[in-house]
This record gives sequence, structure tokens and C-alpha cells, in this order.
Amino acid sequence: MLAESLALSAVLFTIGVVGVLTRRNAIILFMCVELMLNAVNLSFVALSKLYGATGQVFVIFVMTVAAAEAAVGLAIIIAIFRHRQTVHLDDINLLKG
Amino acid sequence: MDNTFHPLFYGFHFYLFGLIAIASAILFVTRKSPVAAALWLINVMFCLAVLYVMLDAQFIGAIQVLVYAGAIMVVFLFVVMLLNLGQPDDLADIRGTGPRLAAGAVGLAILAEVMVLARSRIQGEYAPAAAVELLVPAADAVGGVIAPVAGPLFREHLLAFELTSILLLAAIVGAVVIGKKQGPADAR
Repeated sequence: MLAESLALSAVLFTIGVVGVLTRRNAIILFMCVELMLNAVNLSFVALSKLYGATGQVFVIFVMTVAAAEAAVGLAIIIAIFRHRQTVHLDDINLLKG
Repeated sequence: MDNTFHPLFYGFHFYLFGLIAIASAILFVTRKSPVAAALWLINVMFCLAVLYVMLDAQFIGAIQVLVYAGAIMVVFLFVVMLLNLGQPDDLADIRGTGPRLAAGAVGLAILAEVMVLARSRIQGEYAPAAAVELLVPAADAVGGVIAPVAGPLFREHLLAFELTSILLLAAIVGAVVIGKKQGPADAR
């Protein structure tokens, strides 16, 4: 099932990239990044059957970093929304508020 | 039923949950409402948890459900609802009879499958003849599925583990500071 897992991982990663490139809602963009991280986790787990449990250890690290990233990113989105009343990325085009 | 490995059964479910994951991911990137998108993404994560379990990574499957589908997506949904981004007309729809029947059928099918698997597992491993020796395998299985992950995590990767905890602390503090409403004292 290694080949199928890697193919599924690639498909999910591609769908995540398509989402990042096409969507304009900042929160959905973040969710697409989470989907890409999940796809990478799947290939880590699939390859850990061949190369030992280190891949699963790495998945735990990826999940922790994803949690930290989601917390900080969503806090930034809340701050932007409080400032501009929108999370639409086309409306957020100034570095200086 | 014996407790041996069934390649056809395994392969069928691997492809089934893989296809559900792809379909849910496509629905996720095409939904307009952030709430619907988040729920489809949770579906993808549950399918991936199933695949992790099938790939002999049961602990990763459990924390996938607990941490990703449970905690991280709840934070996303919380922010979506805090910012009031979901369209009420999308949220208020109550599905008709067809989807309800389909959902019931899927639930019954999965329940039947779980019961068949549980019965075969009980009769194969813990048949009455083997029930006396049940304590010995249970004692042997103290490490279980977590030991292969915990060993490298707390030996070779201990420094990375500690650094990750510092990263989490910094992220918590940063999120609180960024998300805090600015009071009249420091409003600029």
C-alpha cells in the first residue's frame, strides 16, 4: 500500500496547493495549508513502515508546529479583522495599516 | 472467523477511505462557506486517521483525531464563528429525506462492520480456551503501539522535543498578545 499512500498524499497536497492559489479567504487559506501538512504526514507514516518509527516521531513534531502555526496565524487574522473588518486577501494590500 | 489478514478486505477499505478523503478535499476547496469547508476538512482528517491505523500507526491515528480534528479544527471553527463569516442561509439548511436515509444507511453499514470485526477479534484471540492466558499477553503488550514512537521521541529526538515545547509556549504567548484587544491605555 506504499505506492497508493504516496499517490494519495500527492493528490491531497495538490488539492491543498490549488486551494491556496485559488481561494481568497485567509481562514480557508490556512485550512489549505493544514491539508498540505496532513498530506505530508500521510507520506511520513507510509514511509515509516519501510524505514522505522522515526517517521511517526516526525509526524508528532509536524502536528505540534501546525498547532502553533494555527494559533499564531488565527490570532493575526483576528487582529487584521479587528483593524480592517475583512479577511478577504484582496482587500488586505497594505503593509502599513 | 479467524483473525488472519484479509488482503481484499484491507485493500477495499484502503481505497474506500482514500477516495472519501480525495472527494472531501475537493469539496473542501470548492465550498463557499468557511464553516462547510472546515467540516469537510475534518472529514479528510478522519479518513487520514483511518489510513494511519491501517498503516500500523495507531498512536498517530489517535492523536490525528484528538489534536487535528479535535483541537486545531475547533480553533478554526471558533475563529470563523467569532468573526461571523458563515452565511446564515448556508448554515440553516435542514437536509431532506434522501440525505437522511443515506446517512442512516452509511451509519448502519459502518456499525455492522465494526461489530463483525469485534466478534472476529474476540473469537480469534480471546476464545474461551485462551481466556485463561489473557493476562500474559496483556502484560507483554505494556509497550503497545506507543513504545515504538516514544522510544526515538524521548531518546534521539529529546532536544527537538524540548525545543518544540518552547515553541508552543512562545506561540501561546504570541497568540494572546496579538489577539488581545488593545485597551485605551495602549491604543494608538
